[in-house]
Amino acid sequence: MRSVPRLRRAPENFLRPGQIAEVQAGRRDFLRGALAAAATLSPALSRGEPSESGDPAILQLPEHSKGLGQPVAANPYGLPSKHEKNLQRRESPGLTRVGGSSVSFTPLQGLFGIVTPNGLHFERHHQGWWDIDPHQHRLMVMGMVREAKVYTMDDLMRLPATSRMHFIECGANTGMEWGNVAVPTVQYTHGMLSCCEFTGVLLSTLLDDCGFDRKAGKFVLAEGADGSGMTRTIPMDRALDDVMVAWAMNGEMLRPENGYPLRLVAPGIQGVSWVKWLRRIEVGDQPFGTKDETLHYVDLMPDGRLRQYTSIQECKSVITTPSGGQHLLDRGFHNVTGLAWSGRGRVKRVDVSFDGGRNWRMAKLENPVLPKCLTRFNVGWVWDGAPAVLQSRAIDETGYVQPKINQLRAVRGTRSIYHNNAIQSWRVSDSGEVANVQVY
Amino acid sequence: MSRFTRHWAPVVTGVTLALVSPAQAGAQSKYPGVGRPATPAEIRAWDIDVRPDFKGLPAGSGSVEKGQGIWEAKCASCHGVFGESNEVFTPLIGGTNAADIKAGRVKSLTSPDTARTTMMKLSSVSTLWDYVNRAMPWNAPKSLSTEEVYSVVAYMLNLADIVPADFVLSNGNIGDVQKRLPNRDGMARDHGLWEIRGKPDVANIACMKDCPTEARIASTLPEYARDTHGDLALQNRTVGAGSAVAPAPVKAAPAVATVRADPAELAKRKGCLACHGVDRKIVGPAFREVAVRYKGRPEAAAQLVQKVKKGSSGAWGPIPMPPHPDLGEEDAATLVRWALGII
Repeated sequence: MRSVPRLRRAPENFLRPGQIAEVQAGRRDFLRGALAAAATLSPALSRGEPSESGDPAILQLPEHSKGLGQPVAANPYGLPSKHEKNLQRRESPGLTRVGGSSVSFTPLQGLFGIVTPNGLHFERHHQGWWDIDPHQHRLMVMGMVREAKVYTMDDLMRLPATSRMHFIECGANTGMEWGNVAVPTVQYTHGMLSCCEFTGVLLSTLLDDCGFDRKAGKFVLAEGADGSGMTRTIPMDRALDDVMVAWAMNGEMLRPENGYPLRLVAPGIQGVSWVKWLRRIEVGDQPFGTKDETLHYVDLMPDGRLRQYTSIQECKSVITTPSGGQHLLDRGFHNVTGLAWSGRGRVKRVDVSFDGGRNWRMAKLENPVLPKCLTRFNVGWVWDGAPAVLQSRAIDETGYVQPKINQLRAVRGTRSIYHNNAIQSWRVSDSGEVANVQVY
Repeated sequence: MSRFTRHWAPVVTGVTLALVSPAQAGAQSKYPGVGRPATPAEIRAWDIDVRPDFKGLPAGSGSVEKGQGIWEAKCASCHGVFGESNEVFTPLIGGTNAADIKAGRVKSLTSPDTARTTMMKLSSVSTLWDYVNRAMPWNAPKSLSTEEVYSVVAYMLNLADIVPADFVLSNGNIGDVQKRLPNRDGMARDHGLWEIRGKPDVANIACMKDCPTEARIASTLPEYARDTHGDLALQNRTVGAGSAVAPAPVKAAPAVATVRADPAELAKRKGCLACHGVDRKIVGPAFREVAVRYKGRPEAAAQLVQKVKKGSSGAWGPIPMPPHPDLGEEDAATLVRWALGII
């Protein structure tokens, strides 16, 4: 029977540093007193507190074993357990000043596997979000095509559909960390990242249906129906490769915050190109130089030049548990787990270091391992109580190895904002506290 | 506007009329019965993008002088009278000079101490035209006429000393303006992050044992940032990976990104807080200042609801409050009641 917490979630806890040291020195008996003290604040805690004869959670039958539970369809659309409410999308205070043009981050620290629950998918809006009537929504495909066409949602959903799992990552994910550590947890360092099974029609199907100009049509413009009229240029070879016009995520229609009823899915490319509330596709012979590829989503280099049309999310990984803000209370075995992904294809391998990058071990990749999709990795670790720095390093099928932050800085400086795919370091101190650090 | 679409659309001119009828289109398609031809009017209504080579730019003109009036009525509340404001959005104007206009590269982009303004980065004037036209003003996008868009763009170019105060921007001279943009040659496309097979610019090696490292902590969370994200314990599951102790709540976690019905949230959602702080003047007065002024005057509420909806000027200084036609009567009343109750 385990009564000792193994992974404490934050420094704000009722255990004092001295008590933590006692646990780690093997003296667990004090915990009874600590738990009892806490129980006066929180009755819930007393339930797990063992007595001489055993665990009251076993010895005293709970209500749910002795009474009648709730009927079916009590929640016609089911909700997470009330015990799960800590895991929410959150904003990073101070990052933006207007909620309509802001971002909320996915709580990666609490997610399992590779699928992001729809209600926790990260958000980025440029001029607020809408819940659009699907009967009024239209998609127009025009420009260098034989015939410009209009499709209703009914039309689109009659076409040959495909379902594919892909990650979506904002180009600015981890952007706050270019110069130095700036935020405490993986939610804020890496949480502009989500992964879903998307269902829709391939963009190539629509382009073919309109008879696009195969010779001169080199680029596609995607445009949203929201106030910002979000627009991004996609090169034609990419558009024909695996870009989708999608209406569903994880088995249900898109959520309004994620573009209901129609969005572009541009696998491997930064999230801003996944235009939400998609209303128009234009085929052209030049890139379109839109606001979000001229004034934003341009990467400032040390020589003052702005890299334009940077799109691909290069290979990256991060350990999600243990991660910043969590706390190892116990020495011994821990499952170290995280996510890896590449905008250029499949993840081939993930290595994990426990000594700040000096020595590495291969982690186990969990199935499925899909192109341009999150891949979950796990590796066992026995913590001996000494300070440690945990890192993960992903390698994709092109052979590209995820770089260190100093390697990125040597080429791109510290002010480029976008496309920071550096190796993330988490320091475990001897007290067990896990904190965001940079080590290279 | 798409030259090609016009050329190929079925209904445009005698030259192309013979190409396809809707019925023929269906017959040619692999997916008969799915979709229909777009009409020329539909294409005109939506094909609003303007490309760097000015394809899509509607004919027209607008003066700096007219632009100033529009700016002060519809833009200055967020961007500042001179486009310099950093209160709501990052500054639009500043950081460029005559030498940059000559060189075509903005020197201050190399300075770590200079905040980046829109005008410092702008490499294609079409982008400015396109974005003002499609997305501005913030709370009423796509509401400006073609002349108004030309005028506002002219005014911004004048603020940045790219065109003189008596300038009239038009489709005829916008190409000349392009040649004076301070950062017209500031973009780089020689990187590997666009093409599918682009070459990465940074390479690591997969060393496994006794790898070279600096073996030191190079950066940690700064002291001032330690508490900015609230109680981290309340942002983790309370069970799992061993099991965890539920901590006593210490500090509130940061705002959860959900839409709630309370007035403060409504104020945020409707964008009020972009211009008004609760306790702090931003571009408009603080809500508390409004509450103090109208204290003991219950009849003021109805009047304020109309001011919120229809706009108002002069009551709090030179910057007018723009109209908010899309704000419902009930929401406006809720917001006014809330603001008046702040003291």
